[in-house]
Amino acid sequence: MANFIDDRTIEYVGILAKLELSDEEREAAKKDMGRMLDYIDKLNELDTSGVEPMSHVFPVQNVFREDVVTNGDESEKTLGNAPEEKDNMFVVPRTFEGN
Amino acid sequence: MRGKMDKSELLHLSAVELNRAIREGKTTAVEAMEAVLEQIEKKDGQYNCYVTVAGDTALAKAAEVQKKIEAGELTGPLAGVPVAVKDNMCTEGLLTTCSSKILENFVPAFSAEAVLQLERAGAVVIGKTNMDEFAMGSTTETSAYGVTRNPRNPEHVPGGSSGGSAAAVAAEECFFALGSDTGGSIRQPASYCGVVGMKPTYGTVSRYGLVAYGSSLDQIGPLTKTVEDCAAVLETIASHDKKDSTSVERADTDFTSALVKDVKGMRIGIPRDYLGEGLDSEVRDAVLAAAELLQANGAVVEEFDLSLVEYAIPTYYTIAAAEASSNLERFDGIKYGYRAKDAAGLHQMYKKTRSQGFGPEVKRRIMLGSFVLSSGYYDAYYLKALRVKAMIKKAFDDAFAKYDCILGPVAPTTAPELGRSLADPIKMYLGDIYTISVNLAGLPGISVPCGADSRGLPIGLQLIGDCFNEKKLIQTAYTYEQCAKEGN
Amino acid sequence: MAREYETVIGLEVHVELATQTKIFCGCSTAFGGRPNSHTCPVCTGMPGSLPVLNKKVLEHAVAVGLATNCDITRYCKFDRKNYFYPDNPQNYQISQLYLPVCRNGYVEIETEEGIKKVGIHEIHMEEDAGKLIHDEWEDCSLVDYNRSGVPLIEIVSEPDMRSAQEVIAYLEKLRLIIQYLGASDCKLQEGSMRADVNLSVREVGAKEFGTRTEMKNLNSFRSIARAIEGEKNRQIDLLESGEAVIQETRRWDDAKETSYAMRSKEDAQDYRYFPDPDLVPVSISEEFLEEIRSRQPEFRTEKMKRYREEFDIPDYDIDIITGSKHMADIFEETVALGAQPKKVSNWLMVETLRLLKEKELDPEDIRFSPEHLAKLIALTESKAVNSTVAKEVFEVMFEEDIDPESYVEEKGLKTVNDEGALRRTVEEVIAANPQSVEDYHNGKEKAIGFLVGQTMKAMKGKADPAGVNRLLKELL
Repeated sequence: MANFIDDRTIEYVGILAKLELSDEEREAAKKDMGRMLDYIDKLNELDTSGVEPMSHVFPVQNVFREDVVTNGDESEKTLGNAPEEKDNMFVVPRTFEGN
Repeated sequence: MRGKMDKSELLHLSAVELNRAIREGKTTAVEAMEAVLEQIEKKDGQYNCYVTVAGDTALAKAAEVQKKIEAGELTGPLAGVPVAVKDNMCTEGLLTTCSSKILENFVPAFSAEAVLQLERAGAVVIGKTNMDEFAMGSTTETSAYGVTRNPRNPEHVPGGSSGGSAAAVAAEECFFALGSDTGGSIRQPASYCGVVGMKPTYGTVSRYGLVAYGSSLDQIGPLTKTVEDCAAVLETIASHDKKDSTSVERADTDFTSALVKDVKGMRIGIPRDYLGEGLDSEVRDAVLAAAELLQANGAVVEEFDLSLVEYAIPTYYTIAAAEASSNLERFDGIKYGYRAKDAAGLHQMYKKTRSQGFGPEVKRRIMLGSFVLSSGYYDAYYLKALRVKAMIKKAFDDAFAKYDCILGPVAPTTAPELGRSLADPIKMYLGDIYTISVNLAGLPGISVPCGADSRGLPIGLQLIGDCFNEKKLIQTAYTYEQCAKEGN
Repeated sequence: MAREYETVIGLEVHVELATQTKIFCGCSTAFGGRPNSHTCPVCTGMPGSLPVLNKKVLEHAVAVGLATNCDITRYCKFDRKNYFYPDNPQNYQISQLYLPVCRNGYVEIETEEGIKKVGIHEIHMEEDAGKLIHDEWEDCSLVDYNRSGVPLIEIVSEPDMRSAQEVIAYLEKLRLIIQYLGASDCKLQEGSMRADVNLSVREVGAKEFGTRTEMKNLNSFRSIARAIEGEKNRQIDLLESGEAVIQETRRWDDAKETSYAMRSKEDAQDYRYFPDPDLVPVSISEEFLEEIRSRQPEFRTEKMKRYREEFDIPDYDIDIITGSKHMADIFEETVALGAQPKKVSNWLMVETLRLLKEKELDPEDIRFSPEHLAKLIALTESKAVNSTVAKEVFEVMFEEDIDPESYVEEKGLKTVNDEGALRRTVEEVIAANPQSVEDYHNGKEKAIGFLVGQTMKAMKGKADPAGVNRLLKELL
């Protein structure tokens, strides 16, 4: 396997994606990611010099809205599924830069 | 006076036929809904097509719709017809889970635009269908709410990720369904279950309200019993939606006008690259037989080299995983959904919620996606994939300069047995080989049943069109369907 | 011999744009309101929601770019900046990294050494995050998404500044330009303008930049100045003791006058930027640029020049008045209504500035209209009210923008110009105060002041003091 994924990489990706894996899951993840990246490496067989990366399939541009208020007080809907709520706000574990 | 139809005869009807029967007084919207609910009662214990059945709400809505039909207020071909909606489309007031634990209690405050279009036309939502979690999978086995069984053979998968929708149509637990297709998730389950399924050109159906997986690839589309139904449903849900920046304004959405039985002069190309190793021989035979039938009816059919086929899958998985890793960041236990208990602090809460709430396939793709976007790898993986995507689009553009439609299989095999696919993810991904590039290039594609293998498992015929050319696909598919029915 | 260091400073300034609605949805940006009352599925990251760009945001961003001499990027895109934090409902912020809307501009500031150009690396559009509040009673925080999705432009400068003074001058210049454009009210204390300071030190003459740190939570010019001083010293101390400066983000605590590192191993600072697939690119045409250019107002320098030519008012007044577009507008409109420039500038420079200072407000907060100011001035000109009454009326006008004419009528504040009644009152006052009269005759000029006062009291203030004075002198 050309792409060797180690514990550190999995841990790093876990921080980025906010996922924590059990020991078993971690072993499987290392193997799976390595194999997938090997497979994705196949793309290096292609000479893509001079080809622009295409993020949008069609040349649609300039989709705008007018600066007009269309929404009213939807706080009930917004908070309707809140796991924890207080004073019309979402409750979260304490953060350190709130003021 | 409204007549009462024999239940099984009623359930056999296509959506359009049902609407006609309702308008002619042979049955009612309520009767149709009752029949479907009874069928679900009977069969869904085994098939598990549905995550949520709206039961009483659906019957009440059907009664309302019936009144409007009688009053002449709802005159479209889907009025009164019960529809199943894949559980990754928001339905106001109705549980929407994406078949994931992390949304086990999520009730949206708004409905997806495509659902609203159907409701405006008088279709009535029965409930939400099972799927692969967050649309990541090809067998509906990654659902947190159990597997769905293929009604043609319950030991086999229905395909995925719109497995519940396809199975519901096949099992007559609905008259038509909505699915979503990011890499083949409508077409492949349609093929495995023996129903019609279509993914329109990117931007044709609004994505507002569709829980995003691969934003640049996702499209909502119909799963139906017939090509006629497919055209009618697509016509109803296609719209230019101001709430979706990627929604395309189209003048030509009268898809039912293409229901013409005629393929004389239709130039059909079959990619040689699709017919090679890995394709099951029975599938190949059925697909080529379909091509011959079209040829016998006047189409000009020939093989050609599409090229780049083997690069489609790694390109797709890089892009889809990258977009998905970002799209799924919002599931964090703060605003909605599952939230882990007893977490020591904010970041622990995030990690535990997501690790407990997501299944292994979703986690796998999120991790891959985060990796390919991460510092140092973005150019080598993500940008590279976007360049190959451009090349794949160009290959199709070149092909469509010569052909009206591209014809091929939907999947290399018929539906595999349950429990065989998840152990080897890459092998599973390889099954997407014929459908995936269609999403990368934003093209329309349809799957039509074209026979069965020796075990009775359905085989699907795929037709791919140039962007905005659904009508050619519908015409070809319709012609095939009609000719095949007549046995010529 | 101690080494000499120079401080190298660059700024990242976030400005809240003055649009009616948020950048990607139709929710109101109005300040205040119950928590989460200005929210919708889009700005709260509900599953299935999608963004659509507010055209006005683009217009403001391009206008600011043009006014700061930037190149406008004709084809620009939005990128997602991915990081987890509760004030960020999607856990990604839609911003612009790869193709920001404006690049390579500059503003000119006045320094002790003369005019200096501070380069602007780029300006981009992005969305603001929600607000986090610490709960007083329980160990948790609370999230309000009203501010989530409010449009921002981020102005990134080149590391061209060398002192706190230059930083302040730069910020003041930016604020002036942006206020003149009407793009934002740029108030540091209210958060409509936020500055993050990137600072490094190096020995004088060194070619390379030192390692820089980023400082956040600077809510006033004063804390910016202190933070710069503090950080500069901290870095120099480190280097002098042979240690290295660590690149990190630091949070400034103004009360403690110190900063501390916001390091966290849970935060990789790897934002994985990629083009947002839910938004389409923006292509800016020549016509669009022309349209924005044509809307550019007369900026301060031109205005000052014009005022010097057109109005006979002191340079100092011109400086102050043009320092705020709002004040300048009021000045010009009041003059256009016929009031004398000198009188208008006087009301602005004296009474207005006094009240603004007293109430700790900015010139942007002036609420009275040019029409009303013009009326008040006319009332004083015609001596319908005296200066004391005028000041009182002005204070009410400042608070509530009342029509001075109707107010004066209502409250019966008009100066009594009836010579006869006045004469009678003066005579009564003279009769009632023989001691003062005697004092006056004995040479005490001040005594007449007392008598004027008594007369004014008797007239309930509705007399013209000068007229009273004249009459007294006549009768005594």
